[in-house]
Amino acid sequence: MTLQGKVAIVTGGSRGIGKEIVLTLAQAGAAVVINYNRETAAAAEVLKKIEEIGGRGLLVQADVTVYAECEKMVKAALDHFGRIDILVNNAGVRRDNLLALMREEDWDLVIDTNLKGMFNCCKAILKPLLKQKSGGRIINISSIAGLTGNSGQANYAAAKGGVIAFTKSLAKELGKRAITVNAIAPGFIETEMTETLPDAVKERVLSHISLERYGKPEEIAEVVLFLAQGAAYITGAVISVDGGLAL
Amino acid sequence: MEVFEKVKSLISEQLDVDEEQLDMDTTFEDIDADSLDVVELVMALEEEFNLEISDEEVEKIKTVGDIVSYIENQIS
Repeated sequence: MTLQGKVAIVTGGSRGIGKEIVLTLAQAGAAVVINYNRETAAAAEVLKKIEEIGGRGLLVQADVTVYAECEKMVKAALDHFGRIDILVNNAGVRRDNLLALMREEDWDLVIDTNLKGMFNCCKAILKPLLKQKSGGRIINISSIAGLTGNSGQANYAAAKGGVIAFTKSLAKELGKRAITVNAIAPGFIETEMTETLPDAVKERVLSHISLERYGKPEEIAEVVLFLAQGAAYITGAVISVDGGLAL
Repeated sequence: MEVFEKVKSLISEQLDVDEEQLDMDTTFEDIDADSLDVVELVMALEEEFNLEISDEEVEKIKTVGDIVSYIENQIS
C-alpha cells in the first residue's frame, strides 16, 4: 500500500487504460477521483470495483475541454479527500481520417480533449498543489503517434505530440517545487479505442511490434504506478510502453 | 501602514528574506524571487486578506508597493 494517504485524479477513468490506472492506484492505497464525461454506468462500475477491494473513490463527471468543469472537479477532490497528490491526464478521443477527408470538427474535438483538456486539468490543480508544499506527480498519457506520427491520425498525433512538449515545459517550471511531470507513450494497447480499427490495420501494426503482441491496459497502469509512487528523480521524461513498435 | 506590515511579514515568511530588506520600492528581482515565487506569494496573500487577485493583476506586480496598493484598493 505504497500510496496510502495519497489522493489521485484520473481523467477518463471509466474505461480502457484510464480504468486500469484507477484500479491500480486504488489497489496501491490511493484515494482516487474517477473522472468521466458520458460513461456514467461504466464509471459507477469502476467505483464499485474499488470499494470491493476496500479502496476509496469518488465519481466526478466533468468535460475536460471546459476549464470551469475541471476547476469544479479539483474542488470536489479537495472537499472530499482534503488534498491532491497525483494527476493522471488520460482522457482522450480518436477521430481518425486522412487529412484530405478530415473534418474541422474532428480536428477541434481531438485537440480540445487530448491537449487542451490536459492544460485545463494541470492549470486547475496547480495552485492547490503548490499550496500543499509537498511536491506532486503529474502523469500525462501521450501516444506513440505523438513521437512518430501516424497516417490517418494527424489530429491525434498533433495533440499527443503537444502533450509531450507541454510535459517537458511544465517539468522545467515545476522542478524546483518537487513536482514531477512525465509522459507515457503507449503503443497499440487492447482497449475499446483500438478494438474498432480495421483488421488490416491491426495486422499491419502487429507485424511491427518487436514483442509480437499488443499491449494490455495493465501494462500502462504499472508504469503510471511506478511514476506515482516514487521515481522522484524522473521528470520531463517520455516513457514509451509500446513493445518495441517505434523501433 | 497595516497592510504594508502584513505584506512584509508574509513575504519574509514565504520567501525567506529579512523584513528589514523590504520597503515599498523593493522589486522581486531584488530579493531573488522568480515568477513562481510571486505566484505562491499571491496565493498566501489571497488567503490572508480573503480576496482574489486575477492572473492579469499578478503579471503587473513588480514591487512590494504594487502589492500593497492593490490590496489597499481592494479592501477600502
